Amino acid sequence: MAAADVLPETASVHWRRRVDAAQLRGRGRLWTLTMAAHVVPFAGAASLLLWMQPLALPVALVCFAHAWIIPELYAQRGANVLRPARHMSAADAAPGPEQRSVGLLGDLVGHEARELHARTGLVLEPGRLGAWLVGEKGAVLLHGGRRPRAYCYCVKVDPRRPAAADLPSGDRIAHLLLALRSDEQGFATVANLAFAGAPWRLRRRMSRETRAALKAALASDSRSSARL
Amino acid sequence: MCKLIRMDHTGHSTLAEWTPEDPAAVERAVQAFRSELDRGYLAMVSTGPGHAEHVRELPVDAELVIMRLPISGG
Repeated sequence: MAAADVLPETASVHWRRRVDAAQLRGRGRLWTLTMAAHVVPFAGAASLLLWMQPLALPVALVCFAHAWIIPELYAQRGANVLRPARHMSAADAAPGPEQRSVGLLGDLVGHEARELHARTGLVLEPGRLGAWLVGEKGAVLLHGGRRPRAYCYCVKVDPRRPAAADLPSGDRIAHLLLALRSDEQGFATVANLAFAGAPWRLRRRMSRETRAALKAALASDSRSSARL
Repeated sequence: MCKLIRMDHTGHSTLAEWTPEDPAAVERAVQAFRSELDRGYLAMVSTGPGHAEHVRELPVDAELVIMRLPISGG
């Protein structure tokens, strides 16, 4: 890949291996193993306690609760990347800049993506690695075709830049979208992986509006995988 | 008419407008472009549906050049 095509921000994470499809699958499996390593010992200990001493039910229930809540917390962390930035809530955002930023974003995407953004606040962007859902402070990649996995990335306009604090929501998404379009693998390399797992685990933690975007992204990933 | 814009707190600001046939306007656009690069902005040009390119020199023929801030993992 020519140096000009590489996302400049990758220089700040030069120690990371550039993300590709094989690495994605590997990281996905690692996440599944990590979840199993959290769940199996707690669930096993709870079952063993109950078998050895039924009176230990309260302790067993605590163990079962741990086995349930840890994966849920990770899934919540993943869903959080698609939440709007708190300080740019509808009440705080100035309508003029907000409309201008959404107008520019609308010029960058097609009609369907524009309509989806109006309903969900998220932009659907098909890529070579899969289908991306881009929000203000992160993006989710649906990758895997028939058995897709959701990769939730925490990535945003560099908060160390003073000008980043006042950006309206459309501009925040446009920043990420342009970076993604210029170098998809570099984008995934710069971003921090917050969660990887089955889309249904993510869906349960998403708002009703944004679930429609996840559904559209799953359909897009499925279509692009079928073409390959 | 070609346009150089910067995404900022106003939504976006137009920094320069030019036509390739107008050398003075092009020169002003190049100056504005370099000034934004010096401030740490990155320049992007759309190169078709779903594609964008990072540029280090002002592409005089591009209809729209967008200046953006760098991104980072959260």
